[in-house]
Amino acid sequence: MVGGGKNTLSGSAPTANGHVKESNGFIPHSNGHVPHYKDDKIKKMSQESFEPVPLLVACLTYLGYGMLVLFGYFRDFLRKSGVETTHSTIERKKMRDFVPLYQSFESFYTRNLYTRIRDCWNRPICSVPSAEFDVSERVSNDGNWHLRLTGKSKRCVNLGSYNYLGFAEKSGPCADAAAGALQQYGAGVCSTRQELGNYSIHEELEQTTARFLRVEDAVTFGMGFATNSMNIPALMGGKGCLILSDELNHASLVLGARLCSTVIKVFKHNDIEDVERKLREAIINGQPRTHRAWRKILIIVEGIYSMEGSIIKLPDLIRLKKKYGAYLYLDEAHSIGALGETGRGATEYWGVDPRDVDIMMGTFTKSFGAAGGYIGGSKRLINHLRAYSHSTTYACSMSAPVAQQVITSMKIIMGEDGTNRGQLRIKQLAANSKYFRQRLVEMGFIVYGNDDSPIVPVLLYMPAKIAAFSRELYQQNVGVVVVGFPATPLVESRARFCLSAAHTREMLDKVLDAISDVGDRLQLKYSLNPPTKGVFAEECYRQVDCLSHEA
Amino acid sequence: MAVEDVIVESWYMMQMIQAFLQAPVYHIVIEVLLIVWIIGLLFSKSYRIQERVQLTEKEKEDLLAEWKPEPLVPDTPEDHPALHPRVVSGKAGLKVVVDGKECLNLATLNFLGMLGNKRIEKAANTALYKYGVGSCGPRGFYGTVDVHLDLEDKLAKFTRTEEAILYAYGFATIASAIPAYSKRGDIVFCDEGACFAIQKGLLASRSKVVYFKHNDMEDLERLLKEQAKDDKKDPKKAAVTRRFVLVEGIYLNYGDIVPLPKLVELKYKYKVRIFIEESASFGVLGDNGRGVTEHFGVPIEDIDLISANMEMSLASIGGFCCGDSFVIDHQRLSGQGYCFSASLPPMLSVAASEALLIMEEKPGIFEELRTRCKWLHAKLSSIPGLKVCGEPISPIMHLQLAAPSGHAEDTTKLEIICNECMNQGVALTVARFLEKEEHLVPPPSIRVAVNVELTEDDIDHATSIIANVAKTVL
Repeated sequence: MVGGGKNTLSGSAPTANGHVKESNGFIPHSNGHVPHYKDDKIKKMSQESFEPVPLLVACLTYLGYGMLVLFGYFRDFLRKSGVETTHSTIERKKMRDFVPLYQSFESFYTRNLYTRIRDCWNRPICSVPSAEFDVSERVSNDGNWHLRLTGKSKRCVNLGSYNYLGFAEKSGPCADAAAGALQQYGAGVCSTRQELGNYSIHEELEQTTARFLRVEDAVTFGMGFATNSMNIPALMGGKGCLILSDELNHASLVLGARLCSTVIKVFKHNDIEDVERKLREAIINGQPRTHRAWRKILIIVEGIYSMEGSIIKLPDLIRLKKKYGAYLYLDEAHSIGALGETGRGATEYWGVDPRDVDIMMGTFTKSFGAAGGYIGGSKRLINHLRAYSHSTTYACSMSAPVAQQVITSMKIIMGEDGTNRGQLRIKQLAANSKYFRQRLVEMGFIVYGNDDSPIVPVLLYMPAKIAAFSRELYQQNVGVVVVGFPATPLVESRARFCLSAAHTREMLDKVLDAISDVGDRLQLKYSLNPPTKGVFAEECYRQVDCLSHEA
Repeated sequence: MAVEDVIVESWYMMQMIQAFLQAPVYHIVIEVLLIVWIIGLLFSKSYRIQERVQLTEKEKEDLLAEWKPEPLVPDTPEDHPALHPRVVSGKAGLKVVVDGKECLNLATLNFLGMLGNKRIEKAANTALYKYGVGSCGPRGFYGTVDVHLDLEDKLAKFTRTEEAILYAYGFATIASAIPAYSKRGDIVFCDEGACFAIQKGLLASRSKVVYFKHNDMEDLERLLKEQAKDDKKDPKKAAVTRRFVLVEGIYLNYGDIVPLPKLVELKYKYKVRIFIEESASFGVLGDNGRGVTEHFGVPIEDIDLISANMEMSLASIGGFCCGDSFVIDHQRLSGQGYCFSASLPPMLSVAASEALLIMEEKPGIFEELRTRCKWLHAKLSSIPGLKVCGEPISPIMHLQLAAPSGHAEDTTKLEIICNECMNQGVALTVARFLEKEEHLVPPPSIRVAVNVELTEDDIDHATSIIANVAKTVL
């Protein structure tokens, strides 16, 4: 349950050390032979902490929501009786006798809870979202109903963007290459892959992606969300297919599964026993009512869960899928580039063969600083998708400069540019993640997720603290993401920090001081765990220092 | 009287007891058993066919071992065209290099020639060196860049609506917009020729879908009348059932135009909301390219939601919805493709902005485009053996076989025509569909797209090649 601070740092250092030598001349398992992981290593790797909410805090949180709802009803009453002016938009007079477009209770939450703190989201930026960014200032004269840009902006440290490897850059080799592609191909495409939108740059991108993923072939799409929602139906169409889906899967995976019109069963988050139970039940009982055997079963999971910071237990899943004959769909939106010694994602992190995962899906939005998504796998799978994917048939192909950004950044990660800059980025991200998380745990925050995850969620619990945390840090020039219900369970509102290779340790130290200060003032240091031993920053950053000396 | 009755009754009782005592013992035993049996039957549980049998562990293991899944995907036929795509190297402008050969481009939906426009490239290039490529986040979490807000403003002003909302992917625009409003229990009247994105949006919404005949307002009215009849029977349910009509401005799969004035009339008569997919008509129809509403002179306020992608006329990536703030703002929390996806790369947003600016500066471009459409339409119509489907002013035309002989056969013939035309320097493409997934598979066709930069000579040249090829193939 609780990730003890003691063993993590001292324990993982030797393992990581041993890997550095290997990573210099990589290709660890290109021949298909995968070194079987050792149990103690697994234990260390799956060090995940989910400290339960303290009882008092839970009670106070519910009380807070109760008050908000009561006040909501009261203010609705005031608005109805005309005491308070209504700022929300009203439908045209002509449409009065139509069936209302929205149900009233649907908008209660938005009107009375979300609107009060909506300035914490959708903050416009006016620069590249790298380690620091310019956040536009907004003001409201009517209680947050309308936000107006002042024209001024504020330089903040960026802990919100998914820029894991720091490829969101406005200059450098990626930008130059993208500019070249823009000159050569233009911005848009105006056709689909199957018609006349198959550019040579798309083919190059797919070959590069397959090489990076160490799979037979890959196919790419213009949008990450659509990669899931438009391809799962091409895999699991028709009756008699079963989808086993993690309860915390991303909306795109849920939508994709729904569009299949098949049976979907949900298992508890990252709970291997639950997967096995559901899998056994499904195979033994067959389809509902007819009891016919299932045609095929697909398990859908993500590499890193973006709200929890947890890493999927891949080796166990692979064991299960092989034992029972299910197929595995791994969404590496957040893990590709961000996990593993050479950034190859969850499979490399766990030391398993990527070919054991049937469908390797991921996006280019995060680690590569571009947009779009890919699916990698066997030649047969990819051929099927090229022919029957909704996306290759009906959607516009990927923009050429975006594709080029991916190609160039991927080559840097693989070291094909002849430098170790990619390696350095990966090590810097790993060090940043470890250091940042350890420091927060040390301060006494309740931090969720895996020790190796670059996503660090910190629990805030109370609705009022969501806004306070975000605004206070914004005051101190730190841009953070806060999330509450319905994106999280009602009592588990949280702040989510996304680390980047672009952050320097000095930057993080500054940010951590600000967070600690705000945490004290807002009484956010909830953890009941015994205080951990100090954080050894040098330990975290040793590999980075080694590499940068080499460079 | 009463005394008499009592005497008679007690007399009967006496008789019964006497009879009982006199009866043989076996008789009594049988009767008692019968009674017990009847009582037993009355209280026993009914017989069940599905007697719950607990499987033994061994049986379970056997079942688990016996189960053989189908392969994840079947083998794709070797000759599937998607496995042998034509490769475009370089810009797909008026001229396009396909498989190393330069062709006149009649295949990509670059109506206004914005793809290849130097000014747009320059603007996108500047944005690239200011914002980088990706936005690295969804709109809610620092993925909103000032250029997105700027483009939304421009689009709203251009279309003369209150608000516009941007999506990062054309397909996801209407497919996300529909389920944001139409929920389970609602009814959508949809044109049966609607494009695939609409069909997927409807599936995601889980609403009841009623298809009406393609572009047939009488059929729609018939269905609306039927619905009104049903509503009268159950007014409680009708009061919470939202009704929508979904149409396209210019139909991507047919090239014809929706009869909008009639539709607006039906809207107010039967209280249905109108959603229009304007991907192929935005930047094409109307004096200022505002789309099908401008074409018919219908006030845009009468349309509840307009959705279009920016991948055709604007030659960028992504899409947008526009309409009243009351309607559009809802998508900022409920449009799945908006909330849960990374936002549009800023440079592509700038490219679309610049294209919009060019459209505003050169309103004559739309009339020029229509003139070329008419020329090409007339020329193509005169080719024997082929039939042109679509309005003369539509930049999308579907060339079908005049004498169809079956889906697969026709597709092969059209495929051959495309290949041969390509060899002779005219790029064409067969319209691709997933036949098993479409609600109604359109007849096989070559989708011809008009580019405003085409000259009369280009058109003459292209059509004569198509005519020659068609003559030899058919």
